[in-house]
Amino acid sequence: MRKEFAAKIGQLFESDDKLVFLTGDLGYNALEEIQAKYSDRFINAGVAEQNMVGLASGLAYEGHPSFVYSIAPFAVYRTLEQIRLDVCIHNHAVCIVGNGGGYGYGIMGATHHANEDLACLSPLPNMICWVPAFSEDVEYCLDQIVTRKGPAYLRLGLGVSYPQLIKIGLINQVVKSTKKPRLTIITQGPVVKNAIKALAGIEDVDLFSMLTLPIFDLTPALKNSIESTQNVLVIEEHTERGGLAEHLLMRLTREKLRLNQFEAFNAKGYPSKTYGSQDFHWKESGLDVESIQNYLVNN
Amino acid sequence: MKQLDLRRRLLKLYFDAKCGHIACSLSCLDLLIALFGQKKEDERVILSKGHAAGALYVMLNHIGEISDNMLTTFYQNATKLSAHPSANSFTNIPFALGSLGHGFPIASGMAKAKKINRDSDFVYVLMSDGETNEGTTWEAAHFAVANRLDNLIVIIDRNRLQGFGGTDSVLGDTAAVEKWQAIGFDVQEVDGHDLKALEKSIQRCKQENLGSPHVIIANTIKGKGVDYMENKMEWHYLPMNEEQYENAILSLEKVYYA
Repeated sequence: MRKEFAAKIGQLFESDDKLVFLTGDLGYNALEEIQAKYSDRFINAGVAEQNMVGLASGLAYEGHPSFVYSIAPFAVYRTLEQIRLDVCIHNHAVCIVGNGGGYGYGIMGATHHANEDLACLSPLPNMICWVPAFSEDVEYCLDQIVTRKGPAYLRLGLGVSYPQLIKIGLINQVVKSTKKPRLTIITQGPVVKNAIKALAGIEDVDLFSMLTLPIFDLTPALKNSIESTQNVLVIEEHTERGGLAEHLLMRLTREKLRLNQFEAFNAKGYPSKTYGSQDFHWKESGLDVESIQNYLVNN
Repeated sequence: MKQLDLRRRLLKLYFDAKCGHIACSLSCLDLLIALFGQKKEDERVILSKGHAAGALYVMLNHIGEISDNMLTTFYQNATKLSAHPSANSFTNIPFALGSLGHGFPIASGMAKAKKINRDSDFVYVLMSDGETNEGTTWEAAHFAVANRLDNLIVIIDRNRLQGFGGTDSVLGDTAAVEKWQAIGFDVQEVDGHDLKALEKSIQRCKQENLGSPHVIIANTIKGKGVDYMENKMEWHYLPMNEEQYENAILSLEKVYYA
């Protein structure tokens, strides 16, 4: 998604001369063009993430909506207090951009993974976390972030392109809709591609992709599906605590949507204490295609 | 006289509220008087040592932004005047501060924005010397130098006492002149209770825009003006009883009428 992100940032910078981009000394092979073209509004803040978020808040206060870019864990955990106090409480237009959410950085190891980022950020005042699933989502998320002018987190990953997406631009997207569903699968982020593969040839399971946390309104399509199946499976590249499944359960309960069955596949950390690619960690956590297929056989 | 009047108000504020953070407010009050005397109306002072909120509140009361009536709500339920400055209520309190190490990065962002906007205004940030222990100080300091933020004026309230010891006994003097010089700041060291000297140093910062950010290291006395509080760490925390309050006022009058 870095390519789509950089392209869209370029467009936004072209049309809004107030926007500022800060990077924590990262962006090699992606941000060079923006850096060269908008040198006065592109700031390499160095390897100093806490300061970078404070800077962004000061810039936003002075009328410059700002993007703060780093690898997801550095952008989120190192700076959590700055995000809460300097950005969120004042409702400043600062977008934290975390590249490689979840296990996105794979073999780079635990230091570079972010599986609790949404739990950290989604409860903060005024904060909206955007989790694009497909490369096509990035543009929509950025348009929303710039229009809303408040605190935002954009969790980028390696999203596949999915031009056949039924309703692009909805906050809970219909990825696949069937006539008589027995199960509603709700995913968040690029892990959706595993569900798409697992559902190949299966015509009685609906699939949705949730673009934000906290959850905005549930769309009629999603509500109808859950009402009809009363059977939900959440698949998220995030810890069980504070992620989509927990948010969703609260929401479904409040909206009095009856469920017979609810299951969630989450990031399980490092169960074998070994490390590998994103696919390896997905398998370890049971987020892979095969694990989803096995669940479908029995449920 | 402003130094006495505002100190009286400050002591009454803390006595009525029966709360602490008196000595650290007294140590930076003269810095605020100098800053608010020198700044333009649209310029902002960021009180990064938010625990000295009382000093800021009496200053804002003095300039008419906080009414006498509102000042009496300090520390009460449903107040806008919490023990550390809160967000979104006053023009001259642009950020909620009180967790140390936040104000300098924010002020640097504001100063950078002014550079982008070709706005000639200055940004001021008031820090405590203990606060310069925070790593963000050094992140922001290097950023300010690298980005030539000569519109940024940092004032350090160097009273040499921090939360649980003297600065020398904790991490050493992180507000030392040579450290800031080594990074590339324009450094001045002044008596933080001498208003004329403070005003002169601020004016000098404003005149010498040669690319370096400015730091005024103000040597201060924690508890300045109240003899029994001066240089006493416990008066960071203690509230005054009635007798102590009366003695504090007497002490002030001795110092400032002398």
